[in-house]
Amino acid sequence: MNYHTPSNFSDASAIASSSKGKTRFLAGGTDVLVQMRSDIITPDDLIDVKKIQGVKDITKNKDGSWTLGIAVTGAEMSEHAEFKKAWPGLVEATDLIGSTQIQGRATIVGNLCNGSPAADSVPAQIAAGATVSIIGPSGERIVAVEDIPTGPSKTSLGKGELISAIHIPDRGKNAGDAYLRFIPRTEMDIAVVGCGVSLRLDNGIIAEARVALGAVAPTVLLVDECSKALIGTKLDETALKKLARAAENACNPINDKRGTIEFRTEVAGVLAVRTAKKAYDRAQGK
Amino acid sequence: MMNNMHVTAKVNGDEVEFLCDPRETLLDVLRDRLNLTGTKEGCGTGDCGACTVTVDDRLVCSCLMLGVEASGKSIGTIEGMAEEDTLHPLQKKFVEHAALQCGICTPGILVAAKNLLEKNPDPNEQQIRYWLAGNLCRCTGYDKIIRAVQDAAKEMREAS
Ligand SMILES: Cc1cc2nc3c(=O)[nH]c(=O)nc-3n(C[C@H](O)[C@H](O)[C@H](O)COP(=O)(O)OP(=O)(O)OC[C@H]3O[C@@H](n4cnc5c(N)ncnc54)[C@H](O)[C@@H]3O)c2cc1C
Ligand code: FES
Ligand code: FES
Repeated sequence: MNYHTPSNFSDASAIASSSKGKTRFLAGGTDVLVQMRSDIITPDDLIDVKKIQGVKDITKNKDGSWTLGIAVTGAEMSEHAEFKKAWPGLVEATDLIGSTQIQGRATIVGNLCNGSPAADSVPAQIAAGATVSIIGPSGERIVAVEDIPTGPSKTSLGKGELISAIHIPDRGKNAGDAYLRFIPRTEMDIAVVGCGVSLRLDNGIIAEARVALGAVAPTVLLVDECSKALIGTKLDETALKKLARAAENACNPINDKRGTIEFRTEVAGVLAVRTAKKAYDRAQGK
Repeated sequence: MMNNMHVTAKVNGDEVEFLCDPRETLLDVLRDRLNLTGTKEGCGTGDCGACTVTVDDRLVCSCLMLGVEASGKSIGTIEGMAEEDTLHPLQKKFVEHAALQCGICTPGILVAAKNLLEKNPDPNEQQIRYWLAGNLCRCTGYDKIIRAVQDAAKEMREAS
């Protein structure tokens, strides 16, 4: 295995493009190293992205949007008071990833690119309307987070492509987000269902809504029917019922030891309602 | 093919140099190349916390970091905790409260607890339990460990 520490994104992309074997990027390594240790993968070229300039920055842009570097860890996001205040749901989702030790290394870009349908920060990223910049052999492109995962452990990134930054839009006034997951324990477990909701209110009425569900399908889902159930309402009982139905209908889960298809489907509805209430409270400044 | 890389880092304040294969973890390097066997391997996959060290004052599982990634970093291990023969208050309290049995988890828990007390000298029980959720102990049960940390925190607050 060759270990590379490029100092800029075009070099990182060039190394990956010209590699004759398996490549992996190394951010926090909390997925890659586990996979290497259990012989799931031995990369021929391992490209450490942490020496690239700016990858540790959390930047608030003039228009109120945020740009996060690809090596920003969960712990660094939680410690950034202003970012946490702006996007509490995204930060609480990220904070659920692993233990204190894992938080010291894990990144949300790694969480996304690992391609797990149960990745905790991904529904929150999608609900937030986050996009990523991608640098590759044919230049740069910007892609919505929901278009990155294509199946378990699969992404839409082509050979030689890597993510160079993640962008989180300005959320506007009277807006809030939240993430909840269901696990059988209280810490250190994989989501049976995860749900991210981001809302913006206009005079107390929901004007914009994005709802994403994790662990109920081969990829994390952005569920338009859930948004439709919420927009134009004050989150009354009828809206919540419609939201729950829409979330259940979107599910296409697996049966495993953590939960049956029926269980996951029912929990998705319950969790969507709870998460929407939390986001709504936050949007009202509660 | 051996393509060993040369790495310079600080371990417990001292400059160290080592050669390592890029696939070797920091845990392997500490134990097998630097002879610092206080750091333990439990699972090797990030779940148990026995291999906990600090890297630039941040807790990490050394089994989930490569030795080559340590280049230019400052690593803290259990060997840096006592001052000569004087145990750190946490170490003393772990002995007093019998907060260990086989001891495999203890170095990792001590390093993690010390890092917590540096950030928060007066954590409540829930904060300690969440902070140490990634440190598993199969022998002692967690109550004694939590009490030892609380007692050490108290002593350290009174001393400062
Ligand atoms: C003990 C333990 C507990 C865990 N608990 C959870 C949990 O509760 N919830 C959860 O969601 N996950 C959990 N995880 C999984 C893991 O920690 C997360 O997925 C983490 O966010 C991965 O980030 P990383 O920076 O460590 O990624 P890495 O391991 O560095 O990389 C992961 C993947 O992303 C790719 N990649 C990284 N950066 C880029 C880039 N810039 N461009 C393109 N590709 C890139 C790599 O090639 C690799 O395939 C846990 C892991 C462990 C070991
Ligand atoms: S040995 Fe590293 S976490 Fe278990
Ligand atoms: S004392 Fe044996 S594992 Fe904790």
